[in-house]
Amino acid sequence: MRAVANDEKSEFDALALFCLLPSLLYVLCMFVYPFLYGVYLSLQPPKIDGFSFANYLAFFSDPYQYSTIWITFSLAIPTTVVVLVLALWLAYGMRRGIFMERTVTTILIMPISLGVILLSEGILGFYGSQGWFNQMLLGLGLIKEPFILTHNYAGVMLALFMQQFPFCFLMLLGYISGIDPSLERSARMLGATPSIVFRRVMLPLIAPGLAIAFALVFVMSFAVFPSAIMLGQPAGTTRTISIAAYQKAFEQYDMSAASAIAVVMGLCQLAALLVIILFRRRLSPAATMGVGKR
Amino acid sequence: MNAPGDTLESLQLGITKRYGNKTVLDNLQLDIRKGEFVTFLGPSGCGKSTALSIVAGLIAATEGEIRLNGARVDHLPPEKRAFGMVFQNYALFPHMTVFDNVSFGLTLKPLSKDEVKKRTDAMLKLVQLTGYEDRYPGQLSGGQQQRVAIARALVLHPRLMLFDEPLSNLDAKLRVEMRAEIKQIHSALGLTSIYVTHDQAEALSLSDRIVVLRNGVLMQSGTPQEIHDRPNNVFVADFMGFRNFFKVRIESVSQGVAEGIGDGIRLRARAGSDVQPGAEMVMAIRPDDIRAGAQIAPGAEDVSGRVEVVEYLGREQEAAVRINDSTRVWLRTAEALRNADTIGLQFPTDKVVLLPAE
Amino acid sequence: MMRSKMWKLSLYLFIVGFILNMLGIVSHVVVSSFAKRWFGGVLPPAYTTDWFAYAWKNFDLGQVLGVTLLIVVVVVVLALAIGFPAAYILARRNFRFKSIILLLYFLPLVIPQMTYGIPLATTLYRYGVGGSVVGVILAVLVPMVPLAVFVLMPFFEQISVNLEWSGSMLGASRAQIFRRILLPLMVPGILTAGVLILVNTISNFELAFLLGGGGSQTLVVALFYNMFAGGVRPVYSIDAMAVIYMGMVMTLLLVALRFVRPTQMVFKLDR
Repeated sequence: MRAVANDEKSEFDALALFCLLPSLLYVLCMFVYPFLYGVYLSLQPPKIDGFSFANYLAFFSDPYQYSTIWITFSLAIPTTVVVLVLALWLAYGMRRGIFMERTVTTILIMPISLGVILLSEGILGFYGSQGWFNQMLLGLGLIKEPFILTHNYAGVMLALFMQQFPFCFLMLLGYISGIDPSLERSARMLGATPSIVFRRVMLPLIAPGLAIAFALVFVMSFAVFPSAIMLGQPAGTTRTISIAAYQKAFEQYDMSAASAIAVVMGLCQLAALLVIILFRRRLSPAATMGVGKR
Repeated sequence: MNAPGDTLESLQLGITKRYGNKTVLDNLQLDIRKGEFVTFLGPSGCGKSTALSIVAGLIAATEGEIRLNGARVDHLPPEKRAFGMVFQNYALFPHMTVFDNVSFGLTLKPLSKDEVKKRTDAMLKLVQLTGYEDRYPGQLSGGQQQRVAIARALVLHPRLMLFDEPLSNLDAKLRVEMRAEIKQIHSALGLTSIYVTHDQAEALSLSDRIVVLRNGVLMQSGTPQEIHDRPNNVFVADFMGFRNFFKVRIESVSQGVAEGIGDGIRLRARAGSDVQPGAEMVMAIRPDDIRAGAQIAPGAEDVSGRVEVVEYLGREQEAAVRINDSTRVWLRTAEALRNADTIGLQFPTDKVVLLPAE
Repeated sequence: MMRSKMWKLSLYLFIVGFILNMLGIVSHVVVSSFAKRWFGGVLPPAYTTDWFAYAWKNFDLGQVLGVTLLIVVVVVVLALAIGFPAAYILARRNFRFKSIILLLYFLPLVIPQMTYGIPLATTLYRYGVGGSVVGVILAVLVPMVPLAVFVLMPFFEQISVNLEWSGSMLGASRAQIFRRILLPLMVPGILTAGVLILVNTISNFELAFLLGGGGSQTLVVALFYNMFAGGVRPVYSIDAMAVIYMGMVMTLLLVALRFVRPTQMVFKLDR
């Protein structure tokens, strides 16, 4: 049992304050304040005195603007589902280690450390209509015409997948390999086949981690920006909400409207997070109950 | 209950396990009969848990076979062997209640809901956990978790029970209680069990037969009495609490008694006919088998020395007595000893064991 | 048995596929940067190294690299300086608002940079530091300070508080304990946090993009602008620039992996 709040003696003194203050001030001034200022600004359109929802009304009454929400969701949700399913499958298969694990994980994190810009440039070349991928498929006679995988919806999906998959995989791998291996062994001893072990023992234990991974991957995918520009059609089918916000801010210099769009984007992410948190709470009461002796 | 073919009449092991070049089990041969309680005893890393996991089917042997009632079972996955297993850390499913944990195996069988409930309830009653059905493992004490783990395995009527150091996570008092409970369940239900432990007291109290392992090699196998009183090598003797070892040279053998001299002491021990004079061997005796001080008639002592260390143990004390520059003897006595006392010692022939030199 | 073999095989096939795809993506850029020209065909018909010289001159890479280096060094030093004491307190002390502070520090790491970048940029432009090196540093520090805190915390937790106590029993002052006990023991933690911040800052795009102006573009941002300008510059020269960037990141990554495990590059999911 955890100690009750009253029993925790407070160890906050001058030294603690002195040490915490710089970072706390930084986060408050550079993260919390801009957020609040953004919300405030979004409610003060340039040509109107006092508070007004004009920016939001403008956003939601212009199909060119509000359709970005739908476009972004239609990119983020499928990507998240595909990433999660494949990452779960791979991480579960690798939970007891694999051949050359360190090399494999190093190559898997390459897309994370190379960054999205380089990744997008590489995808443009490799998966382009003249790239090696299409050359190979054409050479093998699998297709007659090159697959168009760049400057469209598929290109952005591809970039998002490449970016989010390693991240999600490594997160799940850490989570799954942290589960006591004797649980699985004892289920086998009680007569469960590997697939029953997965369904009835492992999946319920993985579910809370899966929910968090889903939330993180979704939120990150929802903010997709540079790859939507470089690999998609930033004026058309992949005009995501971040592009809309960016254009307002840096092409039309309307910071107030840009802030409003940023707020809408934040709210969409928050809504997705809340759904996941509520879902997670219903998942299993034991998740909050400690994991027994380890 | 199980059909007759589902019971265990005999289990024969002949297994070797290697990881790369390292041999962790070297052709372990064992024959287990119905109703037996067999313990694998040894220090950590001796291969005892590996052997158990191979019997369970959780890891595969490198070579050899396992025969159940004469038929090979080593190719069967663990879920097809119908063995029960209790793990060191209990391995209870944290997301299931006590009832769900215990009934887990039953729900995988074609049984009606009522049947599952009936058998689960009966088993919970047996391990005195009625009323705890809806608790989660995290809400139970160590001893209760242990009972759930045992009940979960037993409810399936396993033809063989495997225990992997089940008591090592419990405190000393609870360990003794649970030990008695396991023993009682074993005989009451007529189980056949293999038990793994590094604790010799646990092995002695529970087993019909003890198998002592060291670095994957079987050192000795026998009844608790045999292992305790008549170890046949230095390793087993050391593990079973012999604390005084003397390297001796056999001087004479007559009428089943060998006399040896070593480390400045003359000792006698019972010996088989194969012992020849001139052989280099080891003689060993437990501290509590040495007679000392007033227990011996004047002049009857084999040797005498000066007390160097006295450890108080409650009813008795254990003392180190220096015999000469190179030799110290540990003995246990109820007599009050003080540092620097001079004391006479006697090594009863019946209690000294003769072992091959390492 | 058969099924589990197939299962394992499919896992390895997927991994091999992903690795080949990564290698393809990376080497396509490299090959293209050395190509005299390349329209279709498995490999370019002729090679040259001229595009690197071209990129260096036309993209003003000397200046861009200088700015990038400056930003990276300042961010690493400041993030460590601000994060180190905070990590110490959060690892050692218990107090009422600790969980709230931890949550607050966690947010900049999980909220996408585009989401808070726009209000942050708005604010910084308003105070006149937008579009400057200072603005980029201030913005990139927002996720990097929390990153430093969360990477350093477990390292502090590993150092037994008894070491500090026995230090003071032996007559050491707070400053001496810090300098002679904590600091030497924290060297691995500082290195780990340092390289993680380094890699993340170099490859950071969104914040550096939103705050960087003409003379304060980092290498990635410059790369993006030149690609986006598409068609104006030969693609080979852009790829040459990308190769320079990649060389930098890969070198850093190799150095980084001497100190950190690949799995440390992402969040740990806590139960």
